[in-house]
Amino acid sequence: MTHIKVNVDGTTYEDDVEPRLLLAHYLRDRLGLTGTPIGCDTSNCGACTVDLDGETVKSCSVLAVQADGGTVTTVQGLAKDGEWTALQHAFHERHGLQCGYCTPGMIMAARDLLSENPHPTSDEVRQALEGNLCRCTGYQNIVRAVLAASGQQVPEEATA
Amino acid sequence: MIPPAFEYARPTSVDEAVSVLADAGEEAKVLAGGQSLLPLLRLRLAFPELVVDVGRIPELRGVREDGDTLVIGALTTHHDVIRDPLVRRHAGLLAEATATVADPAVRHRGTLGGSLAHADPAGDLPAVVLALDGEMVVAGPSGRRTVPARDFFVDYLQSALAPDELLVEVRVPKTDGWSYHYEKFHRVAQAWAIVGVAALVRRDDGRIAEARIGLTNMGSTPLRATAAEEALAGADGLDAVARACEAAAEGTRPSQDLSASPEYREHLARVLTRRAVLTAGGMG
Repeated sequence: MTHIKVNVDGTTYEDDVEPRLLLAHYLRDRLGLTGTPIGCDTSNCGACTVDLDGETVKSCSVLAVQADGGTVTTVQGLAKDGEWTALQHAFHERHGLQCGYCTPGMIMAARDLLSENPHPTSDEVRQALEGNLCRCTGYQNIVRAVLAASGQQVPEEATA
Repeated sequence: MIPPAFEYARPTSVDEAVSVLADAGEEAKVLAGGQSLLPLLRLRLAFPELVVDVGRIPELRGVREDGDTLVIGALTTHHDVIRDPLVRRHAGLLAEATATVADPAVRHRGTLGGSLAHADPAGDLPAVVLALDGEMVVAGPSGRRTVPARDFFVDYLQSALAPDELLVEVRVPKTDGWSYHYEKFHRVAQAWAIVGVAALVRRDDGRIAEARIGLTNMGSTPLRATAAEEALAGADGLDAVARACEAAAEGTRPSQDLSASPEYREHLARVLTRRAVLTAGGMG
């Protein structure tokens, strides 16, 4: 067992964990933060994307011990005092989800993009989301939601 | 999927890491960014007794100049390589190819040294560092040694690193004055290259004076297309380049898998080499 101390969504946790414990399993099974789903388990789908120390990571491809001393933000830590962020509102208003399974990862990846590039083009949004799969194939509305969250005019017809 | 159980060590210096590796013998694996190792562990394709996490050794990160050479710490992430001003100025091919590796979240964690030490011939960066005539600086119990890229990739997923050695730096000669392009053919975004071609071209008076071609996924190791390189020297014009690139698959031994037959890979190598050279040379 290895002792770790991690801040997740504003709360500091200390735990003894097996070194093989994945960050995704730590968040879900130990902390009960099931807003971060596990999709493919092969680093492909991006559903489990969270922010670790200011950068997105696929939490199925990070060990909990690697997050020791770090700060994790999950989709559950975005809203402040129950108020969604503009990005979350945009996914809601633009219907940027169908089944919703990929949505936490999509939102975390889009948040990472907008922090680096506040006014991306449609192509840049698609590039930034290349590691996140939507098996409902609802990509058009996801791209529109990200563009809307960046304050840009969003064409109602497909832009790409 | 849950990885098999292992012991865990987190050294804070290169000397400590080498000492831990030397004590562990062949049963240890080095963990850098983990973007290759963790999938292997989850799929139970690797069963190390000890995982040595070198992720908190600050001396392994960063880029510096050493005369005509760029020195890149093995633990420098793909994300940092892409944005580094020295890499962009003096080894632009590496920045361009690294931007095609996987996806943004993987590039935040994955490292240059990790990709090279993993020695996957389908990985993009081994062929790039081979085309750049790079060298690996390796630390072991008796000190450091330098291994040229052409000797570093031994076989499929096998590098020249001994079990008690750690890759610490990657040295690439500056390629100022060369133009370059990485041409990658893959089935979907973020997938491995079915074939990739890293091309460096130096032009003189309109002709190609010199070309270096690295091939991704055309054998059990990354390869140089030496026959095409020789044929390209002095090539003048589109037709001459196209003829020279017909030699791109000579000496390769590509594998068969779900995506492609060996013959198809050879075809791709010829076509992609032509595209890479023409794009690099500003002739496309």
